[in-house]
Amino acid sequence: MSVVDRPITAPVHSEVDSYPEHHFLNHSKGFLSWALTLDHKRIGLMYLVGVMSSFALGGAFALMIRIHLWNFKDGWLSNQTYNQVFTLHGAIMVFLFIIPSVPAALGNFLLPVMLGTKDVAFPRLNLSSFYLWVTGLILFLTALSVTGLDTGWTFYTPYSIETQQGGAVLAATFGVFVLGFSSIFTGLNFIVTINTMRPPGMTWFRMPLFLWAIYATSIIQVLATPVLGITVLLLSAERLLGIGIFDPKLNGDPVTFQHFFWFYSHPAVYIMILPAMGIISELMSVHCHKGIFGYRMIAYSSIAIALFGFLVWGHHMFTSGMADVTTIVFSALTFTVSIPSAIKVFNWLGTMYQGTVSLNTPMLYALAFIFLFTIGGLTGLPLGALSTDMHFHDTYFVVAHFHYVMMGGTLVAFLGGVFHWWPKMTGRMFNDKLGIVSAIIVFVGFNLTFLPQFVLGSRGMPRRYATYLPEFQPLHQLSTIGSITLGSGLLLALIVLLMSLVNGKKAPRNPWGGATLEWMCSSPPPHDNFSSAPTVGDPYDFSNIEYDGRVGGYVKRT
Amino acid sequence: MTAIQENLAHVVDDHADHHHEHPSWLAHHFDDAEQQYDSGKLGMWLFLVTEVLFFSGMFCAYALYRNRNPEVFEFCSSFLNEKLGAINTGVLLFSSLTMAWAVRAAQLRQHQLLVGMLGATLGCAAIFLGVKAVEYSHKMEIGLLPGKLYVAQLDGAHGPHKGYLEFICTVPAIVTALCAFYAIYAFATKSLFHQRVAGPMLVAGLCFFGGVGLGQYLEAQEEASKGHGGHAAGHEHHAMVDGHVDHGSHEHAAAPESVHAAETKTAAEIAASAATAMGGTPNVYVSPTELKTPNADVNQRSMAGLFFSIYYCMTGVHAIHIIGGMIVITWLIVKAAREEFHEQYFGPVDNVGLYWHLVDFIWIYLFPLLYLIT
Repeated sequence: MSVVDRPITAPVHSEVDSYPEHHFLNHSKGFLSWALTLDHKRIGLMYLVGVMSSFALGGAFALMIRIHLWNFKDGWLSNQTYNQVFTLHGAIMVFLFIIPSVPAALGNFLLPVMLGTKDVAFPRLNLSSFYLWVTGLILFLTALSVTGLDTGWTFYTPYSIETQQGGAVLAATFGVFVLGFSSIFTGLNFIVTINTMRPPGMTWFRMPLFLWAIYATSIIQVLATPVLGITVLLLSAERLLGIGIFDPKLNGDPVTFQHFFWFYSHPAVYIMILPAMGIISELMSVHCHKGIFGYRMIAYSSIAIALFGFLVWGHHMFTSGMADVTTIVFSALTFTVSIPSAIKVFNWLGTMYQGTVSLNTPMLYALAFIFLFTIGGLTGLPLGALSTDMHFHDTYFVVAHFHYVMMGGTLVAFLGGVFHWWPKMTGRMFNDKLGIVSAIIVFVGFNLTFLPQFVLGSRGMPRRYATYLPEFQPLHQLSTIGSITLGSGLLLALIVLLMSLVNGKKAPRNPWGGATLEWMCSSPPPHDNFSSAPTVGDPYDFSNIEYDGRVGGYVKRT
Repeated sequence: MTAIQENLAHVVDDHADHHHEHPSWLAHHFDDAEQQYDSGKLGMWLFLVTEVLFFSGMFCAYALYRNRNPEVFEFCSSFLNEKLGAINTGVLLFSSLTMAWAVRAAQLRQHQLLVGMLGATLGCAAIFLGVKAVEYSHKMEIGLLPGKLYVAQLDGAHGPHKGYLEFICTVPAIVTALCAFYAIYAFATKSLFHQRVAGPMLVAGLCFFGGVGLGQYLEAQEEASKGHGGHAAGHEHHAMVDGHVDHGSHEHAAAPESVHAAETKTAAEIAASAATAMGGTPNVYVSPTELKTPNADVNQRSMAGLFFSIYYCMTGVHAIHIIGGMIVITWLIVKAAREEFHEQYFGPVDNVGLYWHLVDFIWIYLFPLLYLIT
């Protein structure tokens, strides 16, 4: 396609920045106009509602676990129920919430708008991804209600072959299979969209860093998820027919299952964290009103993380039985991933330096991310080192580590992103003061929950146990208090968002002063995103963006 | 000027004339035909990458267990009929040719040829499945089943199961009957569109049963040749197998084996349980020197059963891909019968073609890995 074919017109913003009469939310009405929509923005919003509901469900399970662990024995759940509750907490959070959270919900909404296109490359595939996600959700709820899954979210064999909860294992593994394809199709769609649909002027290095992060994530989704698909398919065949590939009784090898599983599930960790890093890159730059520091390094480090992420799965299996050389190689490779991650943190701090920091809700979540993610990343090093991992493996140290990365990292960034783009998605401003309060409560509650778990783990508290030694009780109680604080902070954040729909001010086109394309179209965006092809410039050039009191937001000086 | 050049010239004219119009075949969010085609193609290549990775799990399992017990794979491979595998390889290769030809026909607006080539591809796919149905049912009848279902010769009193083929053929028979009714309707109404759709579908349905007939004929021939000792050289370990396959009545062959099998079963069980007790994987290793004369250890659930698990998983998932391919080819036939394709819009044919070549390609790996070990 040639550049000259297309008209290049001035951006469509106007001096009088009124709330648009026609936008994607009121473009058409009725249930079917949503259920059968091919509009990426509506699909993104439906995902947003879906993943937030899943998060609420998984969060309820988390609180049940923490309340159970208040006393060192005789908690309010039976041991069997406890196993089911922590399994479903993990499985729902991983497969239904974190993996689709940023890419499928925010990514779907933002990717075409940030890129300057009308839609993703395959809108029907996009909608079918959503319905695959819904099917996966239904299968998980079946597993939950019929019997109750008790294998842990990892479905390790041979327990998953032998457990009495066969129906639940089948429903959940099939659910994972379906969710995997949902994830693959989303990733495929995004890669194709970014490769073939960039408008004139949108070169690779003019793309916002969020899109680089989504692109790297999509590569992982496309390359890693099929392996999970075949693994759970073989596991289902194992349960149904007894094919024996993972069953030691039939000469199968359970460690093979672990290799297959982690070949997906370690890269999946980067499916979870990379888009979160993309959000932080946007938030840092916009709310510091300063161009991003080290744009290319951040872009390349996203791709580097995606590629390195495929080579380190063995560090989940140091105690499972592998050759010594293999463990040493996996350990060494694990450390290499810390380099691109550290580059990102360094560049975010570099962005803040001498910037004009607006301490509003999205920025506070972004700051919380940097603090929590750094702790999560650094505590990963002793887990990647062989000698220390032998002791930390399967203790609360691991639990605390990955919660700092997954929850302190991804969830906090997701919330920051939701607050940041909420005015764009809904056309309403939220109450910033209450939002700040929610960010502070989440930050304090989070640390109160998981810092004690590092101590517990290093003292030998094993994960997944329903009871524990009495001397661990004070730290466990501290953690439980923290979890309730955290839960109330998250509830407050939800209330702030929902309140904005009721009595929020109408949002201007550009409330934060962003320079990327999504702030050039109205809030909420029109059905086709751009009435004419947008002018693409440097996504982090804030020099001609100024606050205009008349519209309550920022405008581009022309 | 060749036909293609003429058409390309036509494209340029078209493009210049209707620059800002959106024809019905161009989705609204694409700027032009080229962007739509490029997107579809890249999407299909990415999908093929995921397909390769999807199969890679099973190829890994194959490599792992063959490396661990090479003698089992060698022994079990002799149960697979190479002739049937070879014929299926040829059929799929031919179908790739017809598919590629279909893409060209779509580009050149040769609608009738396009329907014909897609129909030929569909027919080849059906022959492949027909032969596969014979192979599967034949193995199931003598108890060569996956994993814990594996019963071949473990149980002396075990008689042959019949009726698997009829069972497998039920669904294709129903589909073919429906296609026949549809064809009658199409010819009765004299609708060219319906005739173009129903014809290839009916032919494909009949091709399936052609494949079944072919498979059964060759399978019977193989048994006959084995019975006359034509297969004896270098296949001494076949004796036990042939005992089952040769004699139409299995009763007298079973008696001596049942003793043999019972002994080895206990030995293997002891080994397996000992290994499990030590916390490791059961490692009933047979040294390569024993390869030439595999003992009956091989013929048990944890050995041959595992091979057949891998066999059924790999060929089964491949067969599901063939069926998926048949469904999308049928969809293409419908579009081709409506004469929707032309030089600016042939992406669907091209992309389904890519998919079809991949399915063919995977079979080209499966055939030697499973059938041609010995």
